[in-house]
Amino acid sequence: MRKFIAKRLMLSVVILFFVTFIIYVLMRCLPTSYVEAQAIRLAQQPGSKPYEEWLVQLEAQYGLDQGIIPGFFQQLGHLLRLDFGDSWKFTIPVLEKFRQVIGISFVMGAVALLLELVIAIPLGVVAATKQYSMTDYVISAVALAGISFPTFFFATLLKLVFSVKLGWFELNGLHSTAAIVGNMSAWQYFMDAVWHMVMPVTTLVVLSIGSLMRYTRTNMLEVLNADYIRTARAKGLSEGKVIYHHAFRNTLIPLVTIIGGSLPGLFSGALITETIFAIPGIGKVSYDAMVAGDIPFSFFYLTFMAVLTLAGNLIADILYAVVDPRVRIS
Amino acid sequence: MAKKHNDGYLSAKESRQIARENRRVTDRLEKQRKRKNVPESEYLTQMRDPGNAVEFENLHTCFFTDAGVVRSVDGVSFEVPIGKTVGVVGESGCGKSVTSLSLMQLLQRPQGQIVEGEIRLNLGDKAYDVAKVPAAKMQELRGNYVSMIFQEPMTALNPVFRIGDQIKEVLVLHNTEGRTEAEIEKRIIDLLEMVGIANAKGVAQMYPHELSGGMRQRVMIAMALACSPRIIIADEPTTALDVTIQAQILDLLRQLKDRINSSIMFITHDLGVIAEMADYVVVMYAGRIVEKGTAEEIFAHPAHPYTIGLMASKPVVGKKVEKLYSIPGKVPNPINMPHYCYFRDRCEMQCEGCAGDYPGEISLSPTHKVSCYRYTEENRKEAQEHGAEL
Repeated sequence: MRKFIAKRLMLSVVILFFVTFIIYVLMRCLPTSYVEAQAIRLAQQPGSKPYEEWLVQLEAQYGLDQGIIPGFFQQLGHLLRLDFGDSWKFTIPVLEKFRQVIGISFVMGAVALLLELVIAIPLGVVAATKQYSMTDYVISAVALAGISFPTFFFATLLKLVFSVKLGWFELNGLHSTAAIVGNMSAWQYFMDAVWHMVMPVTTLVVLSIGSLMRYTRTNMLEVLNADYIRTARAKGLSEGKVIYHHAFRNTLIPLVTIIGGSLPGLFSGALITETIFAIPGIGKVSYDAMVAGDIPFSFFYLTFMAVLTLAGNLIADILYAVVDPRVRIS
Repeated sequence: MAKKHNDGYLSAKESRQIARENRRVTDRLEKQRKRKNVPESEYLTQMRDPGNAVEFENLHTCFFTDAGVVRSVDGVSFEVPIGKTVGVVGESGCGKSVTSLSLMQLLQRPQGQIVEGEIRLNLGDKAYDVAKVPAAKMQELRGNYVSMIFQEPMTALNPVFRIGDQIKEVLVLHNTEGRTEAEIEKRIIDLLEMVGIANAKGVAQMYPHELSGGMRQRVMIAMALACSPRIIIADEPTTALDVTIQAQILDLLRQLKDRINSSIMFITHDLGVIAEMADYVVVMYAGRIVEKGTAEEIFAHPAHPYTIGLMASKPVVGKKVEKLYSIPGKVPNPINMPHYCYFRDRCEMQCEGCAGDYPGEISLSPTHKVSCYRYTEENRKEAQEHGAEL
């Protein structure tokens, strides 16, 4: 097992090298260029140098005067020294900006993922064990509705019903005015944030349980038809034991891939949800950085995502071996 | 049905009707089975002969499918005497397995249901009618009094649990003798050794994928025998194994049966295996028993044309033939069974009586019964003459 992990890690390094290369090349080839935008802005100021001169000066300043390949290796060098540089758009160190916004996105993603697992897996199991019953149809219909709603539509619907009509929650933002002004205890401040998070998290959960639930249901159905389930019943085990002990352990095997694969999702934020609820999270910030052609921030962020994806795959593989003795490598 | 359609075609209205009717029937039966605290008197019964381990009487098991009701087992009656092996033979889909699954109450619910008849299970001091036993009580019987060895050893063991743990489960569940943890562990090793597994301690720690097919079937047998059941159902236990392993497994089953004095209901379509194993043979065709008798009677004097056809279609050592015999035609559609003898259309020995209803059971000897018009009083003489000619 240790050998397997070491091999996978080495392979990951190679993959990562090519991924960073592709990211850098794509960033350089983007039609939006931060430097060009800056040059236009500066050239329009009264009495300023013409655009071309500004462009040459800024390109040299931002290290864009060299070719893509040398530029990449320079960037990679910085990355290896863990020097992520300053964000062009936000004009503060990349890490600092990242730290500001990742917390809220991570919390939101983690809570949503947890709720998703806790809701979708039991629902899938119940739907499978009661196949073609009323319960199954209701669960499937709700799940399908969840998959089909576009995020912006569902979020807007929630806002309309629960904040405009019923007034239970605030329309958007992460804190109420009282919290920002500062006359709240720490506990109140925390609860205020939780209260603001209810609608965004609901949006994320409702839209994502559908597919996981369907996946669990399909797998569970397949397992329930297996011969060893009949053997378990023939032993005289109770139906509960058959489903939650014998069948569920086997259903877990394909589910771990999904759970391993959701690791990057925890840090990637949710662009649409964050935008609609005006939550300053990584989804919105990374989008803004990308649109502005902010190479240092985007490069850091995308590389970070790539690392997480590789780590997620590795974790899924290791979890596979934990739940399925057939893939254990001696 | 008002309109006559092509075979297998159903209009939306008809299929809705069928579905509604099915649901009505299965819901009622399911509710009955899932009741709690059913008084024992409701399913307590009397064995017709205390020397039998199981008696099937007029068993009807139906599958309520979307295309209509399939009578998989249609009025089957036979008994399994204590300490004997009864072979059930017949082609695929004739209801052999469904009969055995009815005894275990392991039919695919809610579509599969026992709708009529009795299955009397001898528990020693009392007898239960399995067809009426509620689900909760059935769990105590399964694995304890009745156990089953399945067809596919490769898939019948749960891939994620260790062999020892899977056997342990049965022992813990039906721990009527009050064994301690250590005694259970010892019993697991004993069982594995009993079924001829060397290195029992090591195997108990293994996962199913680390064992060969023959080894897995041995494990299945160990699991089935764990609680010394009164009846073991072996549903084609050797079909997936090669011939040498087959012989070993059959040998093993025979020995073990004698050791714990239980009965075996042996289901197979392999006549060679039946000849070797069974004391009594039941021949099934399209959900009904066409002939039953002792192994000697069935093999030496097959009476029903179907049995005769089966015997003719098996290879015989030392006899060279161009092509093996096969019975012409195919089994009738299970949803719309004809009212006459199900085998008539394939039968090469039809007589005048065959135009009538499904033939009743005719005794050729106290143990040998056959359902065929050729053996009615008037035809009997003729048939005997015909037999003498051969």
